[in-house]
Amino acid sequence: MNVADKKRLLREMLYARRFEERCYEAYVERKIGGFLHLYPGQEACCHGVLEAARPGQDYVITGYRDHVHAIKCGADPKEVMAELYAKETGSSKGRGGSMHIFDTGHHFMGGYALVGGPFPLAAGMAKAIKMKGGDEIAICFLGDAANNQGTFHESLNMAKLWELPVLYVCENNLYGIGTRIDRSTAVIEQYKRVSGYNIPSAQEDGQDIEKVFKAAKKAVDYVRSGNGPYFLELMTYRYRGHSMSDSNAYRSKKEERMWSERDPIIMLRDRLIKAGEISKDDYKAMDTEILDNIENEVIAFAESSPEPRVDELEKYVLAENDPWVYGGGR
Amino acid sequence: MAQIMYWEALRRAHDEEMDRDPLVICMGEDIGVAGGTYKATKGLYDKYGAERVIDTPISENGYTGLGIGASFLGVRPIIEIMSVNFAWLAMDQLFNSAAKVRYMSGGQLTAPLVVRSAGGTAHQLGAQHSARMEKVFMGIAGLRVVTPSNPRQAYGLLKSAVRCDDPVYINEHELMYNMKGEVPDEEYFQPLEGSEIAREGSDVTLFGYNISVHWCLQAAQTLAKEHAINAEVVDLFALSPLDRSGIAASVRKTHRAVIVEEAEPAVGVGAEVMAIINEECFFELDAAPLRVSAANVPMPYNHGLEKAAIPNAGDVVAAVRKMLGK
Repeated sequence: MNVADKKRLLREMLYARRFEERCYEAYVERKIGGFLHLYPGQEACCHGVLEAARPGQDYVITGYRDHVHAIKCGADPKEVMAELYAKETGSSKGRGGSMHIFDTGHHFMGGYALVGGPFPLAAGMAKAIKMKGGDEIAICFLGDAANNQGTFHESLNMAKLWELPVLYVCENNLYGIGTRIDRSTAVIEQYKRVSGYNIPSAQEDGQDIEKVFKAAKKAVDYVRSGNGPYFLELMTYRYRGHSMSDSNAYRSKKEERMWSERDPIIMLRDRLIKAGEISKDDYKAMDTEILDNIENEVIAFAESSPEPRVDELEKYVLAENDPWVYGGGR
Repeated sequence: MAQIMYWEALRRAHDEEMDRDPLVICMGEDIGVAGGTYKATKGLYDKYGAERVIDTPISENGYTGLGIGASFLGVRPIIEIMSVNFAWLAMDQLFNSAAKVRYMSGGQLTAPLVVRSAGGTAHQLGAQHSARMEKVFMGIAGLRVVTPSNPRQAYGLLKSAVRCDDPVYINEHELMYNMKGEVPDEEYFQPLEGSEIAREGSDVTLFGYNISVHWCLQAAQTLAKEHAINAEVVDLFALSPLDRSGIAASVRKTHRAVIVEEAEPAVGVGAEVMAIINEECFFELDAAPLRVSAANVPMPYNHGLEKAAIPNAGDVVAAVRKMLGK
């Protein structure tokens, strides 16, 4: 990772942070409905891992905290915000919402709202990649609490059994909604749980993007070289509640302060300032430019976009005019 | 036109589609080396290899989800779930992922997979191996549900389902795999929507699907021979979407309807067909429609109790006679 990469990643992570914070405001203004799960605090996980992979080519799938992963894969932030605004110009044409961002053109294969749902889907994409003989890999980002679903165990077993090219990234933010990991999970260190499936794994500091990148590079190279699945656990923290409807009353101020002192963006910023690569003013200018972009481009696009047409309510339920529905002949 | 068994028809459809398209695969418990509980994939492991004829662990939700993920990238999986009772475990992936992904992605993604599963009551298999679950699958938007009543349909529905871009659930029956019937020698594609008139008639329409079509045909023979009633039998091989116009057309002709289902009556095929009749052609009716359904009990083990729990041709005859006052 050279200096130019670090500067770009600083901007990308700050963009992700400001994007999510703006979502918060729009939700409070009731411009965004439904459930909204925000990513601040965890930015180094998504950006560090995907920086080590090939975003846009590798197939990425995740849960409902999905805006930032989609954007890092190449989704247009305008379309992601328009989706949150439930507009026809949204990435899922206003039919999906915050938890169901998709951009298949950039191989971002979706956000899914059933905890643990993407585990087998990722293994299946890896199976397809293997059959087709490509050198892409499947990458599945999920939280620690998903590992208590049956799909986790069923998928790891099959992924190893068939040596599928899939990287499972566990963003361990220590809480499953409001239940702390030690109250829900017998084995707290998640990377140890996959040893029962003979899958190699590692645990890394998820707040330091350089460390994440290094660990992810090893993981991605391993999977891409045809060695089978890999499991990477990243220790991280989400600053806000699980979703906007979560009062976040279950965590102590002390704990929150401890984690905010290890903020992934601030750590990288201070490192670059200390190395003389950027100045405080550069950072401020970058922040202002990002805020302007989000307001003038992203929000403006979402605000001014049309709603889906009610007469297209039933569009996208089934394939349109599929000849095989009619016996192929018509 | 050859007479072949239901399982042979399924096997032929698998073989032809796998031969045509290297991205067609099949997956399930014991379908490979062992050749399949119902022989629907017999010999295919040797022909196409372990990468395409996949013996899965007993992880129904997991391997169904894996098939869905593979289908996102153009693979066409045919998944056999050994029994519909086990398909309950796969409902999360089938309903939450496969059926909804096209809609919630705004049309970007689709899950073109086929799930085949054997349901129905067989030989004293007890409460957890005798479920009839088609009514559950029918209620899910984004999922097609078909149910073959004979080898021709079994062959033609699987052929069409593999090629269709929607997820398709094929509801088969434990007792029907050895049933013989004519299947065209040339390739044949059964539409995934519609219904078939299995017997022309004029006095009453008997609506059946899968095994109950045969009870209806048996009942129609008895009604004709012993009671001078000419019953029409409509085979609802497509359960979702149901053939509204086909259902209404037959009722407009006979003015009477009896719906015969092997499943419990609540929230079922009979209820849905009755609702369609009400909505489409209520004023054509000369009598209130009737349902012939299973008793609302977990299936008992005792053979006598089991027989009493599910309908038969005699029950259909009795229902029609009651309706017509004969």
